[in-house]
Amino acid sequence: MAVSSLKNKSKLSTLTSPFDIDLGGMIPLSTVTVGSGGAANVEFTSIPATYTHLQIRGIGRSTQSPDASVNVYLRLNSDTGSNYSTHYLTGNGSSASAGAATTSTFIYAGAVIAAGSTASAFEGSVIDILDYANTNKYKTTRTLVGWDANGSGIIGLWSGNWRNTNATTTITLLPSGGNWAQYSSFALYGIKGAGA
Amino acid sequence: MPLPSTYTPIATNTLSSNTASVTFSNIPQNYTDLVLICSTASATAGGNELNCQVNSDTGSNYSFTYILGNGSSAASGRGSNQTRWAPGEQSASFENPTLMYFFNYSNTTTYKTMISRRNTVSNLTSAFVNLWRSTSAINTIYLYNASGYLFLSGSTFTLYGIKAAS
Repeated sequence: MAVSSLKNKSKLSTLTSPFDIDLGGMIPLSTVTVGSGGAANVEFTSIPATYTHLQIRGIGRSTQSPDASVNVYLRLNSDTGSNYSTHYLTGNGSSASAGAATTSTFIYAGAVIAAGSTASAFEGSVIDILDYANTNKYKTTRTLVGWDANGSGIIGLWSGNWRNTNATTTITLLPSGGNWAQYSSFALYGIKGAGA
Repeated sequence: MPLPSTYTPIATNTLSSNTASVTFSNIPQNYTDLVLICSTASATAGGNELNCQVNSDTGSNYSFTYILGNGSSAASGRGSNQTRWAPGEQSASFENPTLMYFFNYSNTTTYKTMISRRNTVSNLTSAFVNLWRSTSAINTIYLYNASGYLFLSGSTFTLYGIKAAS
């Protein structure tokens, strides 16, 4: 394996074993890039429980037409029950708005530009799933998502809750209409805690 | 076997004197996202925007949509057909932390989306989504004050690369 980081120990000149290597706190786990046929959902499965938090970073676009934008739904562990809730704060270029959804079958995790809007433009998103492997807590998410199309766009913050104490092993992202378009790409990272 | 980490520092620029602009050039293309964190102040009072251009493009190819809160209300607005992004605030004190996420900056297929968190801690916080209508890979980031004021000595600019799993 190529050693990519020798940060702290190398400064101290006390490397004594492979486990002295500081591998940093953010670990790339998996990437899903949508091909030419599109995809109904993007899914990360068999997520190891060895990190403290998870982060998804990506770009997305929906094939839904003629809509300019659709919502992004997030599910954990493939649970389709009414066990999710969301609060959000968004701006559409004209006004700011806030709202909530309770007893949903998904978390609202942003808005994605769709086929009715400017070609080649994609949303950017950062989704955090906090303390995802803890079996004593309901799971919470936070999302920063936006898209702009030179005259239209949405930017906002979303927070979500899954009323379940199970460790998160699967994450599903799906547009509320259409499929994920080609070149949509989402990457999953594990974030370590101290001592991990 | 441990997996390699990411969120790798690429370059840091700490200004030792008042400076008109900061440029990150020859940005390596082997990451998925870039993160740019700026802690800046303006050498001239009055406040203004921290502006940003990429790849030396001065055309009207930039746009953005934002939401902000000023302590009493929230608002949203946008800029279209702009010659730059406006991802940050500027004032005479170091109260303007700016964070920029450049998503999939090195692909040559999609327009480029950047999200920024723009703040002046004494009076507002905001989030911007920014579009550059070009499919070119981003290899240069240029930062400057909208009024031509100098960045104050001590301003810092740090660029990180985040690499996804292949």
